[in-house]
Amino acid sequence: MSKLFYDTELKNPLMLGTAQYPSPSILADAFKMSGAGVATVSLRRESGADRAGQEFWQLIKDLNVPVLPNTAGCYTVKEAVTTAHMAREVFGTPWIKLEIIGHTDTLQPDVYGLVEGARILSEEGFQVFPYTTEDMVVAERLLEVGCEVLMPWGAPIGSGLGLNNEHGLRMLRAHFPDVPLVVDAGIGLPSQAAHAMELGYDAILLNTAVAKAGDPPLMAKAFADAICAGKAAYDADPMEPRDMAEPSTPVIGKAFL
Amino acid sequence: MGPFIISTRFGVQMMIDVTIKGAGVLGLSIATEISVRGGKVTIIDPNGAPGPHGCSWWAGGMLAPFCEGESAEEPVVRLGQDAIAWWEKNGADITYNGSMVIALGRDIKELARFGRRTSNFENIDADKITELEPDLEGRYRKALYFPSEAHLAPRQALDALVSQLKHNNIEIQTSGEADAHSTIIDCRGLAAQDKLTDLRGVKGEMLILHCPDLNLKRPIRLLHPRIPLYIVPRGDGIYMLGATMIEAGERSRITARSMLEMLTAAYALHPSFGEAEILEIGVDARPAFNDNLPRIRYEGNTIYANGLYRHGYLLAPSVAQQVANYLFDGTRPEFSDGDMPNTKNEVHHDHCA
Repeated sequence: MSKLFYDTELKNPLMLGTAQYPSPSILADAFKMSGAGVATVSLRRESGADRAGQEFWQLIKDLNVPVLPNTAGCYTVKEAVTTAHMAREVFGTPWIKLEIIGHTDTLQPDVYGLVEGARILSEEGFQVFPYTTEDMVVAERLLEVGCEVLMPWGAPIGSGLGLNNEHGLRMLRAHFPDVPLVVDAGIGLPSQAAHAMELGYDAILLNTAVAKAGDPPLMAKAFADAICAGKAAYDADPMEPRDMAEPSTPVIGKAFL
Repeated sequence: MGPFIISTRFGVQMMIDVTIKGAGVLGLSIATEISVRGGKVTIIDPNGAPGPHGCSWWAGGMLAPFCEGESAEEPVVRLGQDAIAWWEKNGADITYNGSMVIALGRDIKELARFGRRTSNFENIDADKITELEPDLEGRYRKALYFPSEAHLAPRQALDALVSQLKHNNIEIQTSGEADAHSTIIDCRGLAAQDKLTDLRGVKGEMLILHCPDLNLKRPIRLLHPRIPLYIVPRGDGIYMLGATMIEAGERSRITARSMLEMLTAAYALHPSFGEAEILEIGVDARPAFNDNLPRIRYEGNTIYANGLYRHGYLLAPSVAQQVANYLFDGTRPEFSDGDMPNTKNEVHHDHCA
């Protein structure tokens, strides 16, 4: 059975970002073709003095999927908290993807700020989806301050490198069997997303790999299919790999050589 | 709506009579296209002349249909190819130097991606880059060169249209209403949001720099996954640096972040930009529909032509011709997305009545 994300069951484990598409029509088509279960949206760049991004936000609301606003581009706890407040007001949701960047070149999360920001927002009633690393201790701290979902990176944002530390991701899964885990960032290909789902992850969050593809709706569908396959494979309890061949038909009684 | 019918002793002639609201690049282009075909044109714009109040003023002026093909829909590439000849014919100073696309070291793979999605370019090496742009010598190993593209200076191009229209006794009026027999063509850009509810604004911020140390000859696009930037030379060491694309209808207020990103990219393109003087800061919002393609729409006795997005100078000629073809010949515009009354039938009907 699928895990709940703060009491919400996703109709599809693909969480799709809404930035960088060639046009809003193509963005809407990508959601239609993939059936993505969550739309993530960045508020920071679209917010003007008079909240001038409303047309675009309306378009996101019209996608008819749960919206996960994010704090993309925030470098400090204070900025992230302010953005979260605005997100709650605009989208009327307690969900917030908390992203606090610690390093300009790698866009690596600032895990110290992240724990602090998650504590503040959880106390204020937000349901926090923290963008974190695969670090086990940080994960524990995030759960302690109130997070009920963890979103470790696969690789740096926008890099398309896939799962840089499969072992670390496996450990997180093994250590937190009941916590919804999402691979967020770094996914470039559907096969990488399928791989993460085969590890037992509960959802995949991505944006660039779809938005920057030559045909974003087709790529979105490819991701949805791969994620679905990976999840089915995990649920089906795959065989254990072996070092030696094991024939699938009995050999005893057959002529050989 | 419909052409004004004049009965003469020679028979019935139809007179196309339009009132164009908005003197931006599209309003002026449509006025031009209708007046050269013999139509009667009135232009109303409360600002009186093109200027900083409209986003045509802040455009890059790149006539680059093939480069735009990287992210634009097919009609932009196809119809944009006729823009150069139209502007040449209508008095704009065109610079025929093509355009160049480059990427900084770690983004070099973006060049291949850009190439896969575009056409009519050459892959060029360091020697050819130096030959085309001596100021970039030694800085880039690879680039894409689109030789058939061109650029113009938007403000000069708008002036040329205004002068030509004046020459034909068409002045921009600051107020007034359309006569009952005049067809209204609404080209107010984003201001037409009061009538076109699916029109949205896409904010753009740009800078005009004076950098006499550099003598770049053609628009240069710098690929970057987050901040695709272009620099368009205006001559005499003046450069237009643009432009951000933000999903917001806000028409003023450049942010420090946008300025920082654009200037950092320019500085990375060539360090001489570090010494440039910032002459102007431009902010406006481009009118756009959801697929970022224009629309010609007939509603409530008005033809709305709008949504040119970042392709004002590239697509205004085609949209203007489509509107004129519709009025004069009854041809359904490619960019129409609803019912367009058949002008020929209406003429016939009016006549019979």
